[in-house]
Amino acid sequence: MEATLPQAMIETATPLADWVVVLPIVLALIGAAGLLMVRRSTRMPLVGAVLVVLGIIACEIVLLLAVLENGPVSMTMGRWLPPFGISLTADIFGASFALAASVVTLFILLYAEIDRAGADGRDAFHAIVLLLLAGVTGAFLTGDLFNLYVWFEVTLIASFGLIVQGGRPAQLDGAVKYGFLNFLATTLFLLSLGLLYGLLGTLNMADIMRVAPLANPAAMAGVAALLLLAFGMKAAAFPLNAWLPAAYHTPPAAISALFAGLLTKVGAYALLRALVALLPASRDLLEPVLALLAITTLLLAPLGAIAETNLRRAIGFIVIGGIGAVMVGLAVPTADGIAGSGLYILHAILTMSALYMVAGLVEKRTGSTDTRQMGGLYAASAPLSVLFILLVLASAGVPPFLGFWPKLLLLEAGLAEGVTGPAAGWIGSALTLALLVNAVLTLIAGTRLWAHIFWREGPEGEGSEHVRQPLAPLDRRGRLGFGAVAALTAGIVMAGLWPAPLLDGARTGAQDVADPARYVAATGLAEDTP
Amino acid sequence: MDYILAALVGLFIALGIYLLLSRSVIRMLIGMTIFGNGVNLLIFTAGRVTREIAPIIPPGLDAPEGPIANPLPQALILTAIVIGFSMFSFLLVLAFRAYQSLDADNTDNMRLAEPERAPQPPLSY
Repeated sequence: MEATLPQAMIETATPLADWVVVLPIVLALIGAAGLLMVRRSTRMPLVGAVLVVLGIIACEIVLLLAVLENGPVSMTMGRWLPPFGISLTADIFGASFALAASVVTLFILLYAEIDRAGADGRDAFHAIVLLLLAGVTGAFLTGDLFNLYVWFEVTLIASFGLIVQGGRPAQLDGAVKYGFLNFLATTLFLLSLGLLYGLLGTLNMADIMRVAPLANPAAMAGVAALLLLAFGMKAAAFPLNAWLPAAYHTPPAAISALFAGLLTKVGAYALLRALVALLPASRDLLEPVLALLAITTLLLAPLGAIAETNLRRAIGFIVIGGIGAVMVGLAVPTADGIAGSGLYILHAILTMSALYMVAGLVEKRTGSTDTRQMGGLYAASAPLSVLFILLVLASAGVPPFLGFWPKLLLLEAGLAEGVTGPAAGWIGSALTLALLVNAVLTLIAGTRLWAHIFWREGPEGEGSEHVRQPLAPLDRRGRLGFGAVAALTAGIVMAGLWPAPLLDGARTGAQDVADPARYVAATGLAEDTP
Repeated sequence: MDYILAALVGLFIALGIYLLLSRSVIRMLIGMTIFGNGVNLLIFTAGRVTREIAPIIPPGLDAPEGPIANPLPQALILTAIVIGFSMFSFLLVLAFRAYQSLDADNTDNMRLAEPERAPQPPLSY
């Protein structure tokens, strides 16, 4: 009997090069534990956290280069071969999102100093940020669905720790809504995991790709619908978006920026991974639902931003609009559509964080969170106004900024599906139209904010001849924060001006998502369906 | 046995959702816990319930001698229970802190982050 058993254990040591898959997560977790011990020191937490994140970035650059060169990289934990051992598998999308997440975290660590003038370190801010980064990186790099659930929970508990920092009553209010709805979403994810395990007997992503076509399609569609509900809630897609504008504006600006860049994008990535890569047959059944969700999210979110007077709440609605753009690629999963969704997630990680960081500086200068109380900031700080308008243009997708390129790919995908392609249907043309209307509405919302905060002479109710009270200049910490967000914005502009490597990478990444052959081969599982 | 457990899972989840629809934060918490336990029971049932022996391989063998119980769902549930308990503890403390500083257990009265009568947006530009 023993002779017929296939090999189940890993007999040799993992090659040293493959360790870069797990190193980012290990570094973040060890770093968080170390920083917890030195949290009362004045300088150590910041310096330590920056060094750890720099190490993580270095590992992820090596990982991304390896993935671009040779295709997905996989490493399996605990000596059991897949599908028994837990695999970490990085493809181009996972590795590049993880890299973008750590780059954003680096800038936010520096930026967060503006709110930490009197902090005594008891809140362990830097340790929890690293814990959040560990959860997000793990979610981007894992190759196992149950492991993905664990990383979701690591991220969630770390974000709980961050959202209540300061403990103002409004924060507690936001945290209750954020906490309950996100915990419910991860529990729904666990529910669909249980059903999926009952149907397929495996939770390894590469193994699911192999055996999913053999299962009962109706039951699989039910699981896929539950996954859509759970991840849609995490990603804040309409109509499950209510928690985001209720919570994101309550903590300090640095924490808002961290959440906006990292949290909803993990949900969007999980949607892409689960529906397009793992269960493509079930996704086809859900296509009209996905299209409807994408269109309503795209259209309603920027309207919310236009109607809002609280600056960071308005930006929260712009973040939700971006999730709508990612959903377009899910509804039209052609090569262009998947590449567009992936590139949009990358763009949103960088741009939405930077937008919140600028908003935090604006609130710092004006001492208010209400756009009606702002005005005349252009005279006080012209560089800040330039950063704000650049980021607004990038998030609306005006060429040649970063947001334009993924939207171009998505528009091409929508047009190919709806107008020019052989199977012309309402889905493609409606999605194309919704994307264009969303761009115009986001532009209106963003430029209105800019006009009210920077362009007009003074706050509402004042005549133009009134001279605005001189605004407080930024202190040393404020200048550090400004430098961080200026550097991040410069990176976003540069990426928009030279998009060729990003577009190439996104196209190759989309191939790996649409055709799982290289992904399955990386884990060492047999190519054919058993 | 599977059918009884499946019905119980349905009952747990229905009860959990019913309590989650309540306006009282404490009831929502209890609903969350019952919902989570329903999900744990679901994973247990999905792993096939058997009356077989414990999944222990006798010394000197590479594979178990006969049919054994599936150990994986138990490992999954154990992880889920630990995570669910930590989330529950955090939300319980959060609910208490919110009750202290907002003086509200009814979610309808928690309107600090989202003011009930939102001001009109500026009409200029």
